[in-house]
Amino acid sequence: MSATFDPRNRYLITGGTLPDGTTADVLIEDGLLAAVGQDARARAGTSAEAAAAETINATGRIILPGLVDLHTHLRQPGREDSETVETGTRAAALGGFTSVHAMANSTPVADSAGVVEQVWQLGREAGWCDVHPVGAVTVGLGGERLAELGAMAQSRAEVRVFSDDGMCVWDPVMMRRALEYVKAFDGVIAQHAQEPKLTDGAQMNEGALSSVLGLAGWPAVAEEAIIARDVLLAQHVGSRLHVCHVSTAGSVEIIRWAKERGIEVTAEATPHHLLLTEELVRTYNPVYKVNPPLRREEDVMALREGLADGTIDTIGTDHAPHTAETKECEWTVAAMGMTGLETALPVVQQALVDTGLMDWAGISRILSSTPARIARLTDQGRISSEGVFELGAPANLTVYDPSVIRAVDPESHATKSRNSPFRGMELPGQVTDVFNHGHPVVRDRALATPRTQHQQNQHQQQLKQQTGSAQQ
Amino acid sequence: MKHLLSTQDLSHADALRILDTAEEMATVSGREVKKLPALRGRTVVNLFLEDSTRTRISFEAAAKRLSADVINFSGKGTSVSKGESLKDTVQTLEAIGADAIVMRHWASGAAAQLADSGWIRSAVVNAGDGTHEHPTQALLDAFTLRRHLALRHGTAPHGTDLAGMKVVIVGDILHSRVARSNLWLLTTLGAEVTLAAPPTLVPVGVGDWPCTVTYSLDEALAGAPDAVMMLRVQSERMHDAFFPSAAEYTRSWGLTDERLGMLEASGVEDAVIMHPGPMNRGLEISAAAADSTRNTALEQVANGVSIRMAVLYLLLSASDSPDPSTPTAPSDRKATA
Ligand SMILES: [Zn+2]
Repeated sequence: MSATFDPRNRYLITGGTLPDGTTADVLIEDGLLAAVGQDARARAGTSAEAAAAETINATGRIILPGLVDLHTHLRQPGREDSETVETGTRAAALGGFTSVHAMANSTPVADSAGVVEQVWQLGREAGWCDVHPVGAVTVGLGGERLAELGAMAQSRAEVRVFSDDGMCVWDPVMMRRALEYVKAFDGVIAQHAQEPKLTDGAQMNEGALSSVLGLAGWPAVAEEAIIARDVLLAQHVGSRLHVCHVSTAGSVEIIRWAKERGIEVTAEATPHHLLLTEELVRTYNPVYKVNPPLRREEDVMALREGLADGTIDTIGTDHAPHTAETKECEWTVAAMGMTGLETALPVVQQALVDTGLMDWAGISRILSSTPARIARLTDQGRISSEGVFELGAPANLTVYDPSVIRAVDPESHATKSRNSPFRGMELPGQVTDVFNHGHPVVRDRALATPRTQHQQNQHQQQLKQQTGSAQQ
Repeated sequence: MKHLLSTQDLSHADALRILDTAEEMATVSGREVKKLPALRGRTVVNLFLEDSTRTRISFEAAAKRLSADVINFSGKGTSVSKGESLKDTVQTLEAIGADAIVMRHWASGAAAQLADSGWIRSAVVNAGDGTHEHPTQALLDAFTLRRHLALRHGTAPHGTDLAGMKVVIVGDILHSRVARSNLWLLTTLGAEVTLAAPPTLVPVGVGDWPCTVTYSLDEALAGAPDAVMMLRVQSERMHDAFFPSAAEYTRSWGLTDERLGMLEASGVEDAVIMHPGPMNRGLEISAAAADSTRNTALEQVANGVSIRMAVLYLLLSASDSPDPSTPTAPSDRKATA
């Protein structure tokens, strides 16, 4: 860190509730967590430039480590009409995320060092949060040839998470090779578990309702069979497996079984699968069409319990923006996916905190420290399991007001797309401030300045000071 | 009633109202001048995005007998061509002056979507959507059955339902919108329904449905049904391994000559055979069964026109009455279009 002291790099957050439940002040200095607790104010006060440190009153608010999403679709390159890295990361910041993983199913597919570096660079230029590209497992998500996983890992994007998300790595030999190969650079394969034959033409969860609605069923076993196979493969070759968007009670059971056997498997659940059920499909409104599909009440409950008991490790938003044209059409041909970055934390609060299943230490674990660990990020989620921040860690923080209730209005969202299934629903909570590496990207519920611009301002300020002193 | 989208949400009272109105309409079809002035000046659009000449002609005849203007619009093939959305299509049709849109669509739920979308103000009639429902087919089947029941009892059909009637529906239940619509409507009207099909063609979750399920057609026929409704077997199902071969299907689930004999011997005097058509003779139904006097296929076709007249009449004459929730009166709508 620069030895030059700049008061613009000092922020004092006062009176917030830490994940461990205690009330404390937090001091950010030069992008790092300088002090937490009683000495934060003291340290800010003794400093000669104390008055210049900006103070954020966080009374009644929760201070969380910045959220980390392992599963975001930013659509760039290729589908800039539904999202760009710029708009997607604005949405991420407003949702409290300081790091997102951009899924590889762009056009072209992120299956080479060139494309992942492009996405990584766009993320840096946008400056709203850290963007970590996910690399494709197979060339073009085709499932037939391994992509250059090593080149992506060694690129400037330093890819550690690989996924053919949207497509399942169905061939067991391909899956085995991928799991083995990424051991060379401590990578992880994030599997979209969907047996393709069992889900050919599938439109919604298979069950009594799909039969009544006349929509082709998507059986739970199509997800569970792949997860069962993959955990056994991961055990056999001794690799790390991550299961994307788990959606059924049976999947939770299989993962629980695998963890008991010591298999190195982690899993994520999406916010929408924690709150919504297949009953919504009765409307035939494609805003509820998603992959994997919305399931039954029992599945929702099993996912919540799985998160509470640690079987499911993290929340992945599966933020999937789509244009109006691809959603305002017949259910059968509508695109699958929902936006989710800006509603994730409120949904998780409603499903897990307000139900008493989890405390805020648990939330900071599933939304920040655990996904950071899975993706091998060292500058995110630096918090102990008890909910204590690590001093000296990069200041990636989210200040959240859990007390407000508001109706979701997708028209006001920063994401370019409007396909939120929560439209009109009353959800608790509101992100108020977000610090990305010490830079306030969100202030008082609104986007502030991106990290890059802030740095530029800072440089100009320094330049002014230097030229000013030279003139004296 | 603003739309007719399914039989699942059709109340007993509404179903009887349609059947009774259809009885009135049937008398028109028996006249020398087969026309009523009821819908003069109204426009009915037949929007058929999946081929079905029989259903379209039936709706067309129904609308014309009510003196409505008819516009036929069919989309080619079964895939959406990019850039021509359902929204644009129906909004165009309404701009031309449609008062009702009769839609056949390859996608389940398309009619419900159209009715709920806020894209249009016209009445929507579901003329078959994907593997979901085909409500007017179920209504005409119920109408046909009710007439048979009335004939047996020597009473008029008006105001009666199907209480106590036993109906067996046979074949590809899984993919059949006719089977679904019939099951809901027949049970609403008090009939007992048995589904007979190979296990691969029985929908998941059928245990919650208000019916009995059997894998044996012989067992179903032994129960002395009043009606046996045969479903058409789609030839592509055979390649999809829902059953091993056509011959095996016919042996187990076809209405063969032997099973026709069982029906004769069942003790129900005028037990009928129904089929939504077109029939695969020799596959799901033998030639003798198809040509039997018990087969109501042609009656069903004739009754279809009466039912569709009743539906169009009830939907369009009801929307004549001033509706405070509609900002623009129908006459103004025409002027602006
Ligand atoms: Zn996926």
